[in-house]
Amino acid sequence: MSILARASVEDMEARLADTPALPPHRVIRGPEIGLTMLRGRAGGDGAAFNLGEATVTRCSVSLPDGTLGHCWRLGRDRRAAELAAWLDAALQQDALRPALLDAVVEPLREGQAGAAALTARRAAATEVRFATLQAMR
Amino acid sequence: MYVAVKGGDAAISAAHAWLAQRRRGDEALPELSPAQIEEQLGLAVDRVMAEGSCHDRGLAALAIKQARGDLIEAAFLLRAYRNTLSRFAACEPLDTGAMRVQRRISATYKDLPGGQVLGPTFDYTHRLLDFALAAEGLPPAEPEEAEAASATMPRVTELLAREGLMSRDIAGGNETPPDLTREPLPFPTPRPLRLQSLARGDEGFLLGLGYSTQRGYGNAHPFVAELRMGEVEIMLAPSELGFAVSIGDITVTECQMVNQFAGSAHNPPQFTRGYGLAMGHGERRAMAMALVDRALMATEMGEEATAPAQDAEFVLLHADNVEATGFVEHLKLPHHVDFQSELEKLRSIRARWQADRDANPLAEAAALEATI
Repeated sequence: MSILARASVEDMEARLADTPALPPHRVIRGPEIGLTMLRGRAGGDGAAFNLGEATVTRCSVSLPDGTLGHCWRLGRDRRAAELAAWLDAALQQDALRPALLDAVVEPLREGQAGAAALTARRAAATEVRFATLQAMR
Repeated sequence: MYVAVKGGDAAISAAHAWLAQRRRGDEALPELSPAQIEEQLGLAVDRVMAEGSCHDRGLAALAIKQARGDLIEAAFLLRAYRNTLSRFAACEPLDTGAMRVQRRISATYKDLPGGQVLGPTFDYTHRLLDFALAAEGLPPAEPEEAEAASATMPRVTELLAREGLMSRDIAGGNETPPDLTREPLPFPTPRPLRLQSLARGDEGFLLGLGYSTQRGYGNAHPFVAELRMGEVEIMLAPSELGFAVSIGDITVTECQMVNQFAGSAHNPPQFTRGYGLAMGHGERRAMAMALVDRALMATEMGEEATAPAQDAEFVLLHADNVEATGFVEHLKLPHHVDFQSELEKLRSIRARWQADRDANPLAEAAALEATI
């Protein structure tokens, strides 16, 4: 769910092109846009406080056999929330799960991990290497 | 007192049409898109999200475009939009210790686990105007890369707390914090409400107050123990699932400000700390917030509260720029009847004053003598 919550519609659709068709779904809630209250902690680890809100979109769908799929994601992308909820439901079907994990979830995970790793490498390039007097001796 | 007045519709619609044309500017130039604002004026977007108290980069960028770059007006627009949405659920508190750090510096320790990571900073630039940016030209050079260590970065305050040199915040549990958007601020104000109020406060107001504590109005001796900026994961537990799921990442800036000692009969002298947390990349905001947070602890720490920054009622009731601009700018609205009554009153006072004087010329001479 966390990978699908971060994936764009375009990325999910592109990955779905090579998989068997998903079973039909019925939307049972949403997709609807609302707010979530973000919270921090005083000092980073103390009592919780409200930082401010963030937009969030949620959607729940069901498959013909009654399997439910859900998506909650930051932002206001209704199409992405519905598709992610549909995928969440499909991923609970034993027949579909391996193919979807291989063709959709794993490539999306790799893409997201790659982007995070690139940011980490760029940050690492800005780490200060102190040349103190002692080190120069 | 305001009185409904009819008329002016045509003038108002003409004014708004002109505003729209001014917003667009010279049509020979390409129009700015919200996506361009989001990407290229990212720090303005961050400020509007923080002061609008609503994290949504696209909406903040649209608000900036609509407000012609007036960031307070943009925060106002974002707050108004936020009021049209219902709140589904609250998130779990952010774990800034697990932040994927893009920038992390400490002014108190040179060598610290995780190192000093400068990130994309204005620090150490020469603040000379770069005319290359005025000329459309080549894309910037690709940022450098280096092998990234996978270790998470411990908080500097934790290093001090382990030695007992730093007061610890009372470990937080799962209690629901009070929310100033649902209930009016009480005084004295508990710290979670103070932090919520500061987090959405006007950056300029917080900066001025923070600066005043450094200059002697509040007796602060602050050090930046740590400033960090990066992405944190947002976890939310929907009721239909019953467990928390990760719904996305947001960038935040956190400042831990170490401050003067405090000790008592029960506790040995220790550093105290102020805390700042801002949506997006907002170092000045996070630092100013941390200074003011610490100043507002004066009474709890048994310090004499004499400076403006230590007065919660003064600080918290004036920090919100949407509230402040509403009350200041409402003075532009027609007060014609109000003012008419003031005029009548002044005219009658003056008439009485003149009548008294005419009736008693000697008193006038005595008054004149008294002033000499």
